[in-house]
Amino acid sequence: MTLVDVIAAMLFVGVLCYALFGGADFGSGIWDLLALDRPEAPALRHQIDRSIGPVWEANHVWLIYVLVFLWTGFPEGFGAIVTTLYVPWLFVGLGIVLRGAGFAFRKFAASWRSARLYGVVFATSSLITPFFLGMIAGAIASGRVPADGSGSLVTSWTGPTSWVGGVLAVLTCTFLAGAFLAADADRAGDDHLAAWVGRRTLVVGAVTGVVAVAAIVPIELDSETLADRLQGRGAAALVASALSGAASLWLLRAQRWVWARVTAALAVAAIVVGWGVAQYPDLLTDSLTLEEAAGARATQIGLVVTFAFAAVTAVPAMLWLFVLVNRRDWAVGEEPGDVS
Amino acid sequence: MLALENLMAARYQMALSLGFHIVLSCFGVAFPAMIFVVHRRGLRDDDRTALDLAHKWAKAAAVLFAVGAVSGTILSFEMGLLWPELMSTFGDVLGLPFALEGIAFFVEAIFIGIYLYGWNRLPPKVHLWTLIPIIASGVFGTFCVLAVNAWMNAPAGFELGPPAADGSLVVTDVDPLGAIFNGALWQQFTHMLVACYMVAGFLTAAVYAVGMLRGRRDHHHRLGFTVPFAFAAVGALIQPVIGHVAGMRLASDQPSKLAAMELSAHPEARAPLWLGGVLVDDEVRFGIPIPWLGSLISRSGIDRTVPGLSEFPVEDRPPANVVHFAFQTMIAAGIAMVLISVWFGWRWWRARRDPASDPFRGRWILRATVAAGVLSVVALEAGWTTTEVGRQPWIVFGVMRVEDAVTQAGNIWISLVAIVVVYSAMTVAAAAVLRGMARRWRESGDVDLPTPYEIPERR
Repeated sequence: MTLVDVIAAMLFVGVLCYALFGGADFGSGIWDLLALDRPEAPALRHQIDRSIGPVWEANHVWLIYVLVFLWTGFPEGFGAIVTTLYVPWLFVGLGIVLRGAGFAFRKFAASWRSARLYGVVFATSSLITPFFLGMIAGAIASGRVPADGSGSLVTSWTGPTSWVGGVLAVLTCTFLAGAFLAADADRAGDDHLAAWVGRRTLVVGAVTGVVAVAAIVPIELDSETLADRLQGRGAAALVASALSGAASLWLLRAQRWVWARVTAALAVAAIVVGWGVAQYPDLLTDSLTLEEAAGARATQIGLVVTFAFAAVTAVPAMLWLFVLVNRRDWAVGEEPGDVS
Repeated sequence: MLALENLMAARYQMALSLGFHIVLSCFGVAFPAMIFVVHRRGLRDDDRTALDLAHKWAKAAAVLFAVGAVSGTILSFEMGLLWPELMSTFGDVLGLPFALEGIAFFVEAIFIGIYLYGWNRLPPKVHLWTLIPIIASGVFGTFCVLAVNAWMNAPAGFELGPPAADGSLVVTDVDPLGAIFNGALWQQFTHMLVACYMVAGFLTAAVYAVGMLRGRRDHHHRLGFTVPFAFAAVGALIQPVIGHVAGMRLASDQPSKLAAMELSAHPEARAPLWLGGVLVDDEVRFGIPIPWLGSLISRSGIDRTVPGLSEFPVEDRPPANVVHFAFQTMIAAGIAMVLISVWFGWRWWRARRDPASDPFRGRWILRATVAAGVLSVVALEAGWTTTEVGRQPWIVFGVMRVEDAVTQAGNIWISLVAIVVVYSAMTVAAAAVLRGMARRWRESGDVDLPTPYEIPERR
């Protein structure tokens, strides 16, 4: 294992965490959209505020982490990705701005009407952003980003694999968030909401599974390299994903929310790992290897030190945050019971 | 022609997104320290008003930090989207401080989540102390971001090899620590850090000054005024010293920037200081010269030479009039803030000796504080304009020009328009939300602001 491999692994940790934590975040916004004006909507929206309110900013730092590790560790590849995929990145950027602002503004909106306006902004951008992120992943994975960044501004990210990536990203986000929200609602004591979300998550999970299997066809047609590697060394991860997904469907049906959340996360993580394994040793499939894209060695050592620094600062803090938000008194109500 | 249009659109987009984010980043960096002081006072003195004030500030901060976080994310996108050649050539030189800043951002975001949701859930002492990592990571994050910007002004930590076949730069011998600890780092870092405390402090004090002007002169408003004002006033008094030291570096590091700031057409000993004025055909028009002062201030000696624009090829000169105007605007705003700080400081000192005197009596000190709030933002933006426009036409001073760094993707004006529309809407909405929060707090007297999700009955 070379130093470049270590940097690539650290970069991939970021991709994986963003897919899971950022994904559950985006998915919560998609649930917000799906709830429309149903009777369960107000309770669901309060639940979404409680579930992602304390964590959404931290969850989105994973994207910044990925970007800075990409441009610091693999500057050439980064330049190619942002130049060729300018358009979808622009949508992602605007989506992130609208989503974060919409979410924060809605929390303190004074009237139902303004809360609905900010809510629509938050929810639709929660749908659009992961879709374009998935399209970007599809474009890179299918070998449509040339190393010199000269790819077409449009057709580079509209190939079959990009569509697969976009649709799968939206579905996995929704599935993950459903499993998380059901568990959170249950912990907060709202059995009705937990069951309501749980039933729908079951449907989303089933659809995600069907789409994931059907995706083999367009990927096979679009990119030989990716298809070969997915069926070769990526196969184990995909099988693991299918098994975890099936398990989570069964657990959702049995209303075992806590374990359903774990298996749902495993299913999504395994898909992402499958892609990562299939991507290796390329940064840009068919056009640029990690080794070729790598920057200066001194800086890569600096990145390892940075990663170690994060492991002793950000990681314990993040664990504490997750422990806190999973405590029962953080799950219920709006800053209850004055202590002073 | 297309390339030029792209360059201008990219520069405007970068300037706009940076100019927007920088105001919010000041709150992200400096506001938590002010919340800490008020929160701590509330716990120590069992002061209900102070605790409520800290709690309200935390909620307002949630809105400001959210907008700051997303507009900061956009900037990290734009570094690559707009300036891909900068990143692909120098990503491994300037990247490390960005990676460290990412870690600072993690710690900040995590503890913001814990602090904001920790009210009445964490033990009070533990809750108060969760502000400390936020304050520390704000300082460290500022250090990292300014390390990158300082590096663009005083590039270090790499060598240039023979250019590649296509004429592009080849970077060798990368030394990331040398890049971080470049010659401009400490001056720029301290200058910006103090600016953060001034902007967040004066703007927050201005909000309570407006409240007092409207007759709400209670303990709540006095506390909300005094704590941020104290932070900002200390900043305003030390900022001229830091700024002066930062300027001293320019004669050797960036003489073309210094020449533009001083509106100096030709190198000159015993150079005058031009108040106002525009440079037309190498002549300063409409300005008031103060003899010798230019050399004295920028070079610390009347016989020393202030560099002139004529020393540089025409294509290497920054637009002197913009730089000079922005620079003097910053200086003027800075002097005004010093005077306002001294004025209130004197009134406050007098009130401590003589309990009968009220530092808030009268309207002019309150109006002046509102002005200081506005001036702090003016100085911030003018200062950034000075350093960024003053570095032109370089993106990495003396090494890479902006036109060689800009993206080859066409139609950048589309994303410029999108950013203008989205940021304008976001500014209006943020102002509306914050005002709505203040109104609901006044009306209900309760810190909690439940979100109105329940769908109203249709009539």
